[in-house]
Amino acid sequence: MKALCFYFQVHQPYRVKKYRVFDIGHDTEYFNDRSETDLNNRRIVEKVARKSYIPATSLLLKLLQRHPEMHVSFSFSGIALEQLEQYVPEALDLFKRVIDTGQVEVLGETYYHSLSFFYSQPEFERQVAKHRELVRRLFGVWPRTFRNTELSYRNDLAHWADKNGYETILAEGWDPVLGWRSPNYVYKPVGANRIKLLLKNYKLSDDVAFRFSSQDWAEWPLTSEKFGAWLGEAPGDTVNLFMDYETFGEHQWEDTGIFHFLEALPQEVAKNPGITFMTPSEVSRSFDTKDEIDMPDIVTWADTDRDLSAWTGNPLQRAAIDAVYALEDGVLLANDGRILEDWRRMQTSDHFYYMCTKYANDGDVHAYFSPYESPYDAYIAYMNALSDLRLRVERAK
Amino acid sequence: MVKSGWGLPITTTMRILMFGWEFPPFNSGGLGVACLGLTRALTSRGMDVTFVMPKKLPVESAFAKILFADSVEYSVEEISGKSIRTIGISSTITPYTSRSGKVTLSNGTVVDANIYGEDLLGQVLRYSLQAGEIAKSEECDVIYAHDWLSFGAGIEAKRITGRPLIAHVHATEVDRCGGIDGVNPVVFELEKLGMQTADRVIAVSQLTKDIIVKYYGIDPNKIVVVHNGIDETTMPKALPGIASLRALKASGYSIVLFLGRITLQKGPDYFLKAAARVLQQNKKVIFVISGSGDMDRSVMEMSAALGIGQNVLFTGFLQGDDRTMAYAVADLFVMPSVSEPFGITPLEAMRLGTPVLISKQSGVSEVVFHALKVDFWDTDEMANKILAVIEHPMLHATLSDYAQNEALSITWDRAAQNVDRIIREVSESGVQ
Repeated sequence: MKALCFYFQVHQPYRVKKYRVFDIGHDTEYFNDRSETDLNNRRIVEKVARKSYIPATSLLLKLLQRHPEMHVSFSFSGIALEQLEQYVPEALDLFKRVIDTGQVEVLGETYYHSLSFFYSQPEFERQVAKHRELVRRLFGVWPRTFRNTELSYRNDLAHWADKNGYETILAEGWDPVLGWRSPNYVYKPVGANRIKLLLKNYKLSDDVAFRFSSQDWAEWPLTSEKFGAWLGEAPGDTVNLFMDYETFGEHQWEDTGIFHFLEALPQEVAKNPGITFMTPSEVSRSFDTKDEIDMPDIVTWADTDRDLSAWTGNPLQRAAIDAVYALEDGVLLANDGRILEDWRRMQTSDHFYYMCTKYANDGDVHAYFSPYESPYDAYIAYMNALSDLRLRVERAK
Repeated sequence: MVKSGWGLPITTTMRILMFGWEFPPFNSGGLGVACLGLTRALTSRGMDVTFVMPKKLPVESAFAKILFADSVEYSVEEISGKSIRTIGISSTITPYTSRSGKVTLSNGTVVDANIYGEDLLGQVLRYSLQAGEIAKSEECDVIYAHDWLSFGAGIEAKRITGRPLIAHVHATEVDRCGGIDGVNPVVFELEKLGMQTADRVIAVSQLTKDIIVKYYGIDPNKIVVVHNGIDETTMPKALPGIASLRALKASGYSIVLFLGRITLQKGPDYFLKAAARVLQQNKKVIFVISGSGDMDRSVMEMSAALGIGQNVLFTGFLQGDDRTMAYAVADLFVMPSVSEPFGITPLEAMRLGTPVLISKQSGVSEVVFHALKVDFWDTDEMANKILAVIEHPMLHATLSDYAQNEALSITWDRAAQNVDRIIREVSESGVQ
């Protein structure tokens, strides 16, 4: 028996508007851009819902009903769910219906899609708890698997999750860490007791998420027949396909054939005897660990470096993230719900990603995912808004 | 292309007869610098370049004796065994027109060069005729003309020799006049004729290409964008900042620099409006305006009218080491041009580690990444970004560091590779 384990990430940040230095002290709305640009959060969420969440989830619902053996998992950031609830309730309803099939596992993460684990563990725990509460309220389920922002992982994160009752944790299956080992087995995080570690098969995941429509790729076009066969040939206990859910319809547009690919995939998978769709928890329960994995340094699923350098690689990013966490004590003392909420929205990892100055191939991806004209513009808007927040914190004392 | 027995291409030496109007040290702005940089890079790639220019130079110049003689050849410099020969033709025409008719050369001399005078066509005709004469005696494979004044010469040389013509557009009359409305029709028509006659047009930016297509109606398929570069030979050396400005910095002021001709095209008025906005927020900023031009007076009056006279300093025209020292002392260099076909000054500032804020209406903004960019008319945003650099040391440090590295990569060598290819293409395709 071999498992096929899908995890889809759904996330939308609150992008900071073009907040100018002259706005400090006068404007406490950092995220309310109403222009026709990609800084308008409502506009983006509506667009992504129209292109991706609604058509993809409608299709998935049909597939889950047609193929009762099909199981998948989702992780939603709290702020994505919040925005869907507010702007596109239709999309949220579809997600609810999909989860109601009982064939879908919902994973735990931080409400604000933050890197707080690496900067403030108390804040991290508060965000995880807030996220758990939201997932319970909206979907009536309790996450048993944890995945951290951008699949960031370190030994101590596994220890934390272990101690806090999670059965499974996810990470990137990065070759320098794995060495000769395959990502297609279940592992034990070094120093952990019960929790099991599932690793992303980045090659097969990225064949869909990144290369699907790339005509320069030797395997283009990727048909579901071909991909189904690859899954059948893959050695090991499990093939873990982790990707952004926006792959379906947003990163890969409808005209690339991505929805047809998804629709035909279950029947192609079924051609391989012994392959079973499983959620992360099901994989975890079905297989014994093969070895221990030691990741003393942070590993993420981003860029060619698989570290945090896309978020904290340059001095501007570090200055910004240090500045936001430096406000923690003041924010808590202020005891003002709006200040707390704005501070947390400012922790979302995307803000720092937009400030990335990495060039070359990775740089292209950053440019594609940034609503700002340059990383410098992102930094200026962010730091101005943060100055205003600092002012509010000081006034509230 | 001819292949050798081993299958390697034999790169034949191409002979270029190039027409321009200024060449350092006798240049009044970026065009001469660009001509030098490109010519030097082409020569080092094995091209044989003869540079022809009209000029009238002050007699006290050390070079005057060689430049005043009509059609006398002289060697400027030797590069890898190849020489750039420069042929001078006496003329009073200069590239940067202004309504006052005053032009400042890079050696600091102000000359009267009113091209709106009656003799304009005569001057151009004379240069063209002389160009025709030179073309008869100079063997060449390709004719190459820089900007409107030498287009007449290029057209005539093409007619005489039958060789293909490349028109390199560094600036258009539309840029110089800040729009189509104020253009001098004679200059405009000459630019148009030059580009129509040319076998290939090289534009220094996409911005310039768009203008050429939109206002001059030139077929976009024959226009190629080749961005300018900067190299060791045209680059200012590291020097300490201007002493008086350093003293101001020591007492807590930040220095924001404008350096360029004080004309409509360069946007000094937008710079002042942004300055006034900055000063409402932060009084410890000094705005330095370096340069001269037909808006000298109105800009000074404007600074007084805005009530910011105390924080605005005028240095007059700076050249050589003084110019370098102005870049070096500045916390930020601003180029607020209304329409800048390329704009080499930000690269000079970046090379010295000075962060730059440049208008999006500039060619250079198409090639640099590590710069702040703004629409020239958005003076609020200009002020916002000036204040960001002043008030966030990490932003200043990061821009400074990354910009310096980036400027090194924007070379004339890279530009010359593209020009080399274009020269070979037109040479091979022959003349219609």
